[in-house]
Amino acid sequence: MATNTRSLDKVTLLDWYRQIVLIRQFENRCDELYHQKKITGVYLHLYSGHEAVGVGAVAALGEDDHVLTGYRDHGIALARGVDAKPLMAEMMGKRTGVSGGKGGSMHLASRAHNFWGGYAIVAGHLSLATGIAFKERYMGTENVVLCLMGDGATNNGYFHESLNLSAVWNLPVVWLIENNFIGMGTRIEDSSGQPELVKRAVAYGMKQGPRIDGQNVIEVHEAISEAVAYARKKGPVLVEALTYRYKGHGVSDKQYDARDDLKRELDDWQAHKDPINILKDHLLAGFDGIEAELAKIDTEVHEIVEEAVRYAEASPVPTYEDLIRHIYVE
Amino acid sequence: MAEKNVPMREALRAALIEEMERDETVFVMGEEVGSWQGTHRVTRGLLEMFGERRVKDTPISELVIAGAAVGAAMAGLRPVAEIMTINFAFLSIDAIINHAAKVHYMFNGQFRVPLVIRAASGWGNQATATHSHTPEPIFAHFPGLYVACPSNAYDAKGMLKTAIRDDNPVLFTESIALYSKPSLIPEEEYLVPVGKSDVKRQGEHVTLVSYARGVEWSLEAAAMLAKEGIEAEVVDLRWLRPLDLEPVFESFKKTNRCVVVEESLPHFSFGSEIAAQLQEAAFDYMDAPIKRVSAMDVPLPYAKEIELMALPNAQKVVDAVKEIVY
Repeated sequence: MATNTRSLDKVTLLDWYRQIVLIRQFENRCDELYHQKKITGVYLHLYSGHEAVGVGAVAALGEDDHVLTGYRDHGIALARGVDAKPLMAEMMGKRTGVSGGKGGSMHLASRAHNFWGGYAIVAGHLSLATGIAFKERYMGTENVVLCLMGDGATNNGYFHESLNLSAVWNLPVVWLIENNFIGMGTRIEDSSGQPELVKRAVAYGMKQGPRIDGQNVIEVHEAISEAVAYARKKGPVLVEALTYRYKGHGVSDKQYDARDDLKRELDDWQAHKDPINILKDHLLAGFDGIEAELAKIDTEVHEIVEEAVRYAEASPVPTYEDLIRHIYVE
Repeated sequence: MAEKNVPMREALRAALIEEMERDETVFVMGEEVGSWQGTHRVTRGLLEMFGERRVKDTPISELVIAGAAVGAAMAGLRPVAEIMTINFAFLSIDAIINHAAKVHYMFNGQFRVPLVIRAASGWGNQATATHSHTPEPIFAHFPGLYVACPSNAYDAKGMLKTAIRDDNPVLFTESIALYSKPSLIPEEEYLVPVGKSDVKRQGEHVTLVSYARGVEWSLEAAAMLAKEGIEAEVVDLRWLRPLDLEPVFESFKKTNRCVVVEESLPHFSFGSEIAAQLQEAAFDYMDAPIKRVSAMDVPLPYAKEIELMALPNAQKVVDAVKEIVY
């Protein structure tokens, strides 16, 4: 690995560890709450397994840079620093949710964090990313848009039109594909003529970034930092991170129960390529006596998630006024 | 007040120029809006006046034209995106309906979409089945979007300026057949408010309700009917969203008869909606069935003779009126 890990200080690495563990615990709790029927929305796409991609990539951004993603958006919101309480409240459809209980799991956003949202129409947000990036060029500012998407988002027209336009207009976008090898239930080989998705950059005449290990937060951070620097000064970049989803397409995904091959694949990723374990091993090897600090973080994060659940449960539901508000700007 | 006779395309062009001069965040984008000078010449000369930064030619990519415009609007610009004809807006429809119209609501007001999507609409010149749509009512189906459908050059200019200044997304349709038709336009600046209907002709015997090109047929029909002593009131809705039906209800309470005139298709249509709302609001005033004059329920063919057969015109409006005014 080319990364100069010594340049990353302990505080940064522990912060990433904290974020990754927070996402994992938050998602595990969402899974439980769904099965307890406390989160009742039909769509709940958990970020478990992907954590290092979101944490490493978002860490490469400045405060004024922009982030958008698809429907698997909880982890990106947390990585961007959105408080767990209004996120959990949104899961439960509460008035105190980040989107007022009107967006749900797939439509988290926080304008204050330049987190422009999760979007549930596959690849729809790619077009918004081009527009947000265009505004930066238009105003002569130098902020960058990080647009995350799943591998499943690479085969409809939004992908083609958005990446092409970003190249034609030379827009400051880092296109980051989180390739977990399966779009809903269809394997990448069965959906993409060119399953090495990063190669598509060639077709648009944009910079082809690396195809990276999405389970290693340090590698993700380094690759996206380079991509962000390139986008800021030059133009769009396409990067592909290889990762794996631990909780299926969504919480209602039953195919892992029925298919041994998928179950084995999942077990293998969890056993050998888990982003928490990879970072933990790195920290244990690099810093003597850090174990107690990691355990402390685990405990603190647990309390953050439990506090978020209590907050969400105690929050009021939206009202009739909320139902009819914000249809239009008044 | 000094006035000039100006065709609708020039009125629209003047609106764009005035708003671009007034507000630096306003820019135009779309297929052939720049060096080609605009397919319908509405953006003629803008590239020379404002430069490549603010007049953006795009690839033939209707989906991202609309989607990028939504993103730019969310980020604080005021895009005026041109979809060359509304037939191609079917390729943009997800960006318009699922994004432009939903983002403000879905994220609880965190983002605004001050966007205008302009699209030329309507049939004529044997443009055939894929290039002759008037699907404004489809877009008007969805809350979160405004739909503007001016019937003349004066309204077009004032409505486009208003649409650009509004903080909501507006689908702004322009009847191709009206581009060359002039109205008297004052030299002074004016605006036409969002969601206000306009009574284009007073009359006491029948209410004609329409928008865009249908207003022209309605006024033509009203002139024909007047010769036979039938005075039609013509209400131009101007906006399908927000829909201002109060003047229609008021008129109907006076005339007790109504014909809805639309360029679009009859099923699940503008006419259906107006008829439904009218009978709910003013059933006690109804002296005859509400009639609808619309395009025939067929795809439009090439041959002129049968193309015209399928389409509404003033005579069809006259005929419909005579069925209920006796």
